[in-house]
Amino acid sequence: MPVDAKTQAGIRRQIKLPNREAVKIALRSVRIRIWRSCITMAGIVLAIAFLTSVLTSGVVAKSIQQTAGGATAEGGDASIQIWLTAISLLVCVVGITNAMLMSVTERYREIGTMKCLGALDWFVVKLFLIEAGVLGLVGSLVGALLGFVAGLLAGMSQYDHVLSSLNWGSALLRLVLAVLIGAGLTVVGAVYPARRAGRMPPADAMRTEI
Amino acid sequence: MAEAAVDAAREYAVKTLDVKKEYVMGKQTLMALKGVSIEIKTGEYISIMGPSGSGKSTLFNMIGGLDKPSGGKVYIDEVDISGLDAFELAWLRCRKIGYIFQTFNLIPVMTALENCTLPMVFAGMSSQDAMDKAADLLALVGLGDRIRHKPLELSGGQQQRVACARALANDPAIILADEPTGNLDLKTGKEIIALLRRLNKEKGVTIISATHDLKMLDVSDRIIWIRDGRVDKIERRSDLDLEVGSLEGEEA
Repeated sequence: MPVDAKTQAGIRRQIKLPNREAVKIALRSVRIRIWRSCITMAGIVLAIAFLTSVLTSGVVAKSIQQTAGGATAEGGDASIQIWLTAISLLVCVVGITNAMLMSVTERYREIGTMKCLGALDWFVVKLFLIEAGVLGLVGSLVGALLGFVAGLLAGMSQYDHVLSSLNWGSALLRLVLAVLIGAGLTVVGAVYPARRAGRMPPADAMRTEI
Repeated sequence: MAEAAVDAAREYAVKTLDVKKEYVMGKQTLMALKGVSIEIKTGEYISIMGPSGSGKSTLFNMIGGLDKPSGGKVYIDEVDISGLDAFELAWLRCRKIGYIFQTFNLIPVMTALENCTLPMVFAGMSSQDAMDKAADLLALVGLGDRIRHKPLELSGGQQQRVACARALANDPAIILADEPTGNLDLKTGKEIIALLRRLNKEKGVTIISATHDLKMLDVSDRIIWIRDGRVDKIERRSDLDLEVGSLEGEEA
């Protein structure tokens, strides 16, 4: 490494944290606290499973009715389900925020150390958001699969020929939608804790005894 | 490397001019530093001594760019750091200053090698180059055979060695060590002090260490005593009449 002889011009702006490295560091953080990560993820899994099962039963009912040629008749029942789903998702976001806030508190010193080593606020934010994104994505995938199976089983208990009449395209579309919603909401829930971590002055972070 | 040329170009690694720092706690204002002016030459080994509450740590944070002074100026390599924005400060902390802490502060989830590569990753070095250099640095501090160990699998002295290697990652001009021997026993503390002295001599890096540890006096070029937010006195090692040898304890 050549040393710049210029003084004033020697100072440059710190900008880099390659995505690959960031993902590596975030994955390591998830893996090392795998048990707690799983508990955090459980909230996402449940909320997304609920969402997916509701969506899937909708598709099942519709497919059956279309095959049977009957008219669709869902009423107040559906709107209650929408409310329940929305609330469960909201609870999930609050849970994520809480879990990430605790995770930030626990890692005060780690964050302070990284900032002393030259991490920008943005690096820290990025690490936490990637971590949340990974949890959200994995949790949503698992939840969506569980919910899909649950929705099908519920449909099968009500109707015959569920699998043969099912509109698979439409069901898969909803599955993808549920995963995207899950991952997206998790990241949204992590924004505030991540920003708090990022803004921490390094000196304060070092002083905190935990 | 071009160290000789750099020495000539920059006489002072650190210069502070009438640095003041006040903390506001509710209605009370606490003056932690009441105007400190010191000059530290490139390549010096400096100890900052003082009782706790003397403003030692505050001064240390100022020099490290970890905190901003309420008044006065801090120059690192002749650059006034109060004028730097967040991006430039991060750059400075990444490339110009290496930090060593009393509590080691390694990232617990990373191996010794990964801990050492972190500053280089932040500096944008490629992963492979960073790993090679980190392995060299760990060998330099005597941990060549432990690079895959996690911090908790290492003793305190070994963790502090990893921290020394990490501090050197981006060839900093200054190493700031905050009570580097505070959590170590006598013998390990001496080893770390000897290691710092060796790095100071071999790499020409300026070392500034805040300490209570009288063992440190023996290797320091100068000792800056801080008392009550001011510089109490500055001593050269040659002026010291302390019998440091008697404080060192038994040789192992």
